[in-house]
Amino acid sequence: MNTSSLTLVGFGPDGWGKLLVIAAGLTLIAALCSFAIGGLLGTAGAALKLSSAPLLRWIGTFYTTVLRGIPEILIVYLFYFGGSLALTHLMHLAGFPGFFSLPSFVIGVVAIGLVSGAYQTEAYRSAYLRLDRGQIEAGKACGMSRTVLLWRIIAPQTLRFALPALGNIWQSVLKETALLSIIGLVELLRQSTIASGATRQPLLFYGTAALLYLLMGQLTGFGIRSVEKRLGRCWER
Amino acid sequence: METTQPHIIPASAATTAPVITTRQLTKRYGALEVLRGIDLDAHEGEVISILGASGSGKSTFLRCLNLLEIPTSGSLTVLDENIRFRQQGNELRIADQKQVNRLRSQVGMVFQNFCLWSHKTVLQNVMEAPIHVQGRNRQEVRDEAQKALDRVGMLNRADYYPSQLSGGQQQRVAIARALVMQPRVLLFDEPTSALDPQLVGEVLKVMQDLAAEGRTMLIVTHEMAFARDVSSRIVFLEQGTVRAQGTPQALFQGGMDERFDQFVSHFMRKT
Repeated sequence: MNTSSLTLVGFGPDGWGKLLVIAAGLTLIAALCSFAIGGLLGTAGAALKLSSAPLLRWIGTFYTTVLRGIPEILIVYLFYFGGSLALTHLMHLAGFPGFFSLPSFVIGVVAIGLVSGAYQTEAYRSAYLRLDRGQIEAGKACGMSRTVLLWRIIAPQTLRFALPALGNIWQSVLKETALLSIIGLVELLRQSTIASGATRQPLLFYGTAALLYLLMGQLTGFGIRSVEKRLGRCWER
Repeated sequence: METTQPHIIPASAATTAPVITTRQLTKRYGALEVLRGIDLDAHEGEVISILGASGSGKSTFLRCLNLLEIPTSGSLTVLDENIRFRQQGNELRIADQKQVNRLRSQVGMVFQNFCLWSHKTVLQNVMEAPIHVQGRNRQEVRDEAQKALDRVGMLNRADYYPSQLSGGQQQRVAIARALVMQPRVLLFDEPTSALDPQLVGEVLKVMQDLAAEGRTMLIVTHEMAFARDVSSRIVFLEQGTVRAQGTPQALFQGGMDERFDQFVSHFMRKT
């Protein structure tokens, strides 16, 4: 790497460094929001799939099958164009002519959150199935209500069992946010594309982006593993 | 005979209200009839051992008493409260979950597999229900939890996780977890069956001390010597009915019930 390359990715007046870091921050925020939405949907999905009512189980299965079976990029497109069409239609009905579109951040985060939720459903469901029924009975036998049992016994243990799978899902959510570049969000990949176009140095900027993705993935992965280890103490002998 | 075991007072037991009463309690799983109409009165201070071969329904019966199993028919009275059921098809359902939760908090249970909560330390296991079920003050509960652990000789393991303890130690913690709730009755479901032989003694010792204190206990067990020496009454189940019951002295001397004698001699041969 020669000096001019370093200048280009640096933080000087001619450098793209600051913009790349901001874009990486946006990537991280988008990933966090998507993962959180996925967490809510995953909890609901697992509850549906574990329900004793066949209809609810069917809804849960439908959700996970469909969203895991369609390419993510297609889901982002469907949400982007479908969402805008629906909004425009609604606005017309309300008497506002013209074309309306939803902010791409919201659309993208919801779309990726939905996919992540389908995977998180499976993570929570299989973790729940690993719980020791005896420990749940012990809670009941002490007079615990369903709520106390859920929050004090079931949720912490399920979360602990789901953590390794959730770590993998987080890593893929982080990477999938790159899809938001196609609907105009200036996250890390999009910013790199802009920079390489302006400087005619695609390899430099895509390489830098790759390193930043790796760095974010490794750092957060390290964090997740240390939490996993701390919570795992009680299962070790 | 009663003078040697001061906590058995059949005369007064007949006059005090029973702590647990069942009438014609049945339990069916599909076509399988596990309990076929059991009547039992457990009075304050009684230590009742429930014996019987595998499949005689003894564990199922015990689990009905705190509604971990819902009976198919019959009536159940716990601490002077009639458990309210509602009929749904051929099954009974709990009509008032709050009533059941309230009664469960006054009936302690010790399981065969200990069933300590594995994400909590020993002390946290014991403090959990008093704080989150009974809503008691944390500091006060901590003191009592430590006392309960001290009683079962486990105070020096307060900060361990269950997985770091032997089976016998886990079971003693489970007993402390039940005791700290200040229960009116204690149910033991084969408390020593999952233990290595050399660990059985430490658990039986704790149970014997509790019996000597005059605690009301119902124990499903295969420990014949313990049942004979510690209980005030033996209830012998066979195929879901009470085949024989009485004081251990009366039953164990033989000749009272042929099937019980066979059961005991079979057991003594095996162990």
